[in-house]
Amino acid sequence: MNAQFEAFKTRAEAVSAEVHRFATQAEALAFILGFLREVGVSEAPQCGAVWAAGSFLEKAGKGGLGVQLPGLRFDITQEAAAASKVGISQLDWAISATGTLVQDATAVEKRLVSTLPPIHIALLGTERILEDMGSVLQHLRPEQINYISFITGPSRTADIERVLTIGVHGPERLIIVVVDAFERVMA
Amino acid sequence: MTTQFKESIETALNNGNLTGALGRFSEAYRISRAKAYEGIDFEAVRDRIADIKCSASSHFEELAEQFKKNAEARGARVFRTADPAQVKQYILDLAREHGVKRVVKSKSMASEEIHLNAAFEKAGIEVDETDLGEWIIQLAHQTPSHMVMPAIHMTKEEVAEVFSQEVEAGQAPDIPKLVKFARAKLRPKFLQADMGITGANIAVAESGSLVIVTNEGNARLVSTLPRIHVAIVGIEKLVALVQDIQPILTALPRSATGQLLTSYVSILSGQVPNPDGSPKELHIILMDNHRSDMAKDPMFKEALQCIRCATCLNVCPVFRLVGGHVFGKTYTGGIGTILTAWFDELKKAEDIQGLCIQCGSCVPVCPGKIDIPGLILELRRRLVVEKGQSLAMKAIFSVVNNRRLFHSMLRMASVTQKPFKQGRFIRHLPLFLSDMTDFRSLPAVAAVPFRDKVKEMAQPKGGEKMAFYAGCLIDFCYPEMGESLVKILNKAGVEVVFPDDQTCCGAPARYNGAYEVAAQNARDNIKALLADDVSYVVSACPTCTVALKHDFIDTFKSLGVTDAMEEAKRLSAKTIDFSSLIKKLVDAGRLTFKEGEDLGKITYHDSCHLKRTLKASDEPRELLQQAGHELAEMYECDTCCGMAGSYSLKLPEISAPILERKLKNIKDTGASKVVMDCPGCVMQIRGGLDKDGAPIQVEHTAERLSDRFL
Repeated sequence: MNAQFEAFKTRAEAVSAEVHRFATQAEALAFILGFLREVGVSEAPQCGAVWAAGSFLEKAGKGGLGVQLPGLRFDITQEAAAASKVGISQLDWAISATGTLVQDATAVEKRLVSTLPPIHIALLGTERILEDMGSVLQHLRPEQINYISFITGPSRTADIERVLTIGVHGPERLIIVVVDAFERVMA
Repeated sequence: MTTQFKESIETALNNGNLTGALGRFSEAYRISRAKAYEGIDFEAVRDRIADIKCSASSHFEELAEQFKKNAEARGARVFRTADPAQVKQYILDLAREHGVKRVVKSKSMASEEIHLNAAFEKAGIEVDETDLGEWIIQLAHQTPSHMVMPAIHMTKEEVAEVFSQEVEAGQAPDIPKLVKFARAKLRPKFLQADMGITGANIAVAESGSLVIVTNEGNARLVSTLPRIHVAIVGIEKLVALVQDIQPILTALPRSATGQLLTSYVSILSGQVPNPDGSPKELHIILMDNHRSDMAKDPMFKEALQCIRCATCLNVCPVFRLVGGHVFGKTYTGGIGTILTAWFDELKKAEDIQGLCIQCGSCVPVCPGKIDIPGLILELRRRLVVEKGQSLAMKAIFSVVNNRRLFHSMLRMASVTQKPFKQGRFIRHLPLFLSDMTDFRSLPAVAAVPFRDKVKEMAQPKGGEKMAFYAGCLIDFCYPEMGESLVKILNKAGVEVVFPDDQTCCGAPARYNGAYEVAAQNARDNIKALLADDVSYVVSACPTCTVALKHDFIDTFKSLGVTDAMEEAKRLSAKTIDFSSLIKKLVDAGRLTFKEGEDLGKITYHDSCHLKRTLKASDEPRELLQQAGHELAEMYECDTCCGMAGSYSLKLPEISAPILERKLKNIKDTGASKVVMDCPGCVMQIRGGLDKDGAPIQVEHTAERLSDRFL
């Protein structure tokens, strides 16, 4: 598990993703809330945060979180996502060979929170990191799932003079929160 | 070539921004590509891709039907058509039916191919490209110059000016700011659009899935926000199975941009919900536009294995000088030449096919295993069949086809060249011929050709016999190369025979599409070279070696000649290049180097045909080092020198800067000698260094080794 995580981390950081690992969900949650406060999530315009449904969120308890942090929403609309600074979603798998996150993104909320806000926080269980794309496609089957998203680092372009610039139409920061004690709640 | 085409080349060559940007990119690309493929067996990956795509193009009809059935079962509407006009009509009807006012597009070459934007504009529908490069091009009213990086020809200053003029005044030439500006301006367009248009990189029949690859994230927005999603997909994107996705995605980002994977890959299979929860309309258009005609052509079917990575542009020594715009409006570079000939019309490829210098740089790096230069030659052949050869070319080939006449003219040239000759060079030619000597001196035709000199050489008799195929340049310009070869082989106890009836190898005719002439040359040479019982037929010119070993057979195949095929194969089996033969003799202990020689630093230039067709690059290097030389590798040692036979006569404006780059790389090594295995490269590089004045000696490996054996 550690080797797989380290390989994933190296690859993901090489494409400008930020990777954090926590032993427990409580620690991960504390990090996320701290981060949201730090970047100034509030009810002010363009300062919201949107968190798409997932088992991690279920366990953390939406209601309590919303009270703790004004500006954080769980009812996701296009308008809310477009007006947010941070989008949070849970990813299903990851690929160590390329530093890629993978998600069944059929639910439109998952796509809204990971495309529109300038910062995307991606939650992932450590055990969900697999070797390559082929292994992931065994679990997330295009034959059955209508929209599968592979995300490798933040949005980027080199279209002007080939100068790499991070953050075009998608997020300019991708923060990956990997949690060891995650598996139980994902079942 | 048309004047207009020549002018477009001239304009491109004089665009310092373009050649600068492309030059720097081509250098960085090699490094990033190599790094991205670390730990990956590229040959294995491309074998799989070639298999997958080849099998798919053999079954387009079945796969298209299967795709339609599976995608429709999952809520998509699939429209199949061969006709670009119908693609546009379908989309416009759909737009009208749903009251579409605004359209956002992510990058789609298929939509460029059919000029979809113009159709929208005519119908009064607002359409915006959202890929940054494509948006810049759209705002600037230009066409893409590169398949992956459409605006690579523009500087940040030009982009800032376009943004200032077309969107909002006062934009500064600061790249991060320009990118932020594009994000801010395009965001409302994504949010307001009624229809999103994408292409697809792969379409999977088994599952009805589309695979879409981007870095900016625009395709995710285009396929998520607007209530209608239309994907325009060329049928060559079809593959049979879900498991076919991985090999293609292993190669595409690595080859296209040196990435392990692009930032985003989406696999869309059927309907998904809109942001308001309603089901999204998904329309997939499977467009043929001559792709199934291509699939039926036994030679061009291979081109459908293309995954549109643009590697053939990135490694092309010509593309990096002229960029994409000279190629036309949509597909550019080597593969673009082929696609234009089919998707547009053969005639449109008439000028641009001439840009291919036939160096083969794109062949070993193509993830689809497409023989791009080979297919361009075939285009050339078909154009000649369709349109006939130019009068000037006809006159030349009627001479080449008659050995006696051809050789007596070459002999005569040694007399008629006298007014222009200085030492061993022709430095200036008058009038229209001056282009040929502008950037390099040409070799003077030798007073006594090799075919006469060899008769005077005393050789060992009664032992092993090998036939020497000299080729025109060694025979008539550089007989000393032939003499060196004979001298070395004599040391190994070999008698070298020179069949007098050998003639031009036919490469000039073949490379100009005159296959009948090439076939006659092949017949004459086969007869001459197989007349004696010899163990090997050796040549010291890689282009001639390739002709004897491969081209004779291929020319016969193209023309359907069968009666001479067996003999062509016999000749092929006996043919070997100089360095590979000498290496064999050294390894077998039949040639021994003089001991303890310290011959100083040299650099080695790989000739295109030797390295990439005959796959000999270690042999000459090992021989030169064993002889006592220190080898200092030059940068881009295997990049073409710009000679390429008649190319340097037809397109001297391209040949010259390619040579200039080669000379710089040679000089940068600090070596006092540059060695190579091809008399054509010697002619180009020696002529260039003569004009340049740099005191660097240019030699054929045979000359360099001639006195090095015991």
